Amino acid sequence: MYKATVIIKRRPKILDPQGKAVEQGAKLLGFNNVDHTRIGKYIEFNVNTNDQNLAEKEVKEYCEKLLANPIMEDFEYSLEKV
Amino acid sequence: MLSEAKSRSAGKIKFGVITFPGSNTDYDSYYALSEVLGNKVEQIWHKDRDLKNSDVIVLPGGFSYGDYLRTGAIARFSPIMESVIEFADKGGIVIGICNGFQILLEAGLLPGVMLRNESLKFICKDAYLSVQTRNNIFTKNIEKDVIKIPMKHGEGNYFADEETLKELEKNDQIVFKYSSKEGNTGQAFNANGSQQNIAGITNKKKNILGMMPHPENACDPVLRKTDGSFIFRSVVQSLLN
Repeated sequence: MYKATVIIKRRPKILDPQGKAVEQGAKLLGFNNVDHTRIGKYIEFNVNTNDQNLAEKEVKEYCEKLLANPIMEDFEYSLEKV
Repeated sequence: MLSEAKSRSAGKIKFGVITFPGSNTDYDSYYALSEVLGNKVEQIWHKDRDLKNSDVIVLPGGFSYGDYLRTGAIARFSPIMESVIEFADKGGIVIGICNGFQILLEAGLLPGVMLRNESLKFICKDAYLSVQTRNNIFTKNIEKDVIKIPMKHGEGNYFADEETLKELEKNDQIVFKYSSKEGNTGQAFNANGSQQNIAGITNKKKNILGMMPHPENACDPVLRKTDGSFIFRSVVQSLLN
């Protein structure tokens, strides 16, 4: 079995109103050096196979078809044998 | 005027309104289309595959699947969506309202994505929409240049890359823009940060409309706003002619 972890990031050119708002909070708290806050998603799940190629293929397809929207997001993943 | 339209077109066109888990204007759409405008309307469950011979499919507003992951991202894989995509590919008429628009974007039936409103606020108010084109059945028979339709959403900030925006313009696919009462589409009247004030678009073939504001909530005269009925009546008239 593999454990997959996926990180989904908003593309750099795409506005992230949520990151902007959180950063306003940071400034209010006095974190004056904080800049370019961007908010993404962290997703983890198991892939029930011992075939690493198959696991990679499934994770990639899962990301492309559902977890990320390629118009505004990029994804990266890692697999760990468990 | 409304009752006249009701009697003339009564029962000739059949609408199908789809309910996803979390839809909340499905019954509003049903009510406006059947009780107020006098059309035949089928209510269709997202797990069904049969569109029940509907002439027009409506994907209603709401928060399908709790808006988890991204708005519309999970509803897009409901069994009924396979039938809707097939129907749309054959030229069937589809109207996606609010969350329905978001589902159409996720399904790739319309280009672009929705981001959170620039203000980060859920916006609930009457919006003025400038009718940008009549080169489609949804606005073909609308006489007014500006219509007043309520909007209520947190993620209606339309985004597409520059190339897509150019395509939309070139093909006359931008149908509604947020505007002033007089039809000024300047940035000051951009309700939610949408690129080019976009409130509604069609696909290239112009058989699919997605719009964020809710025309079904502006049909019943008791609400003292009826501009939403123009869109549905335009479709009915176009299909009957």
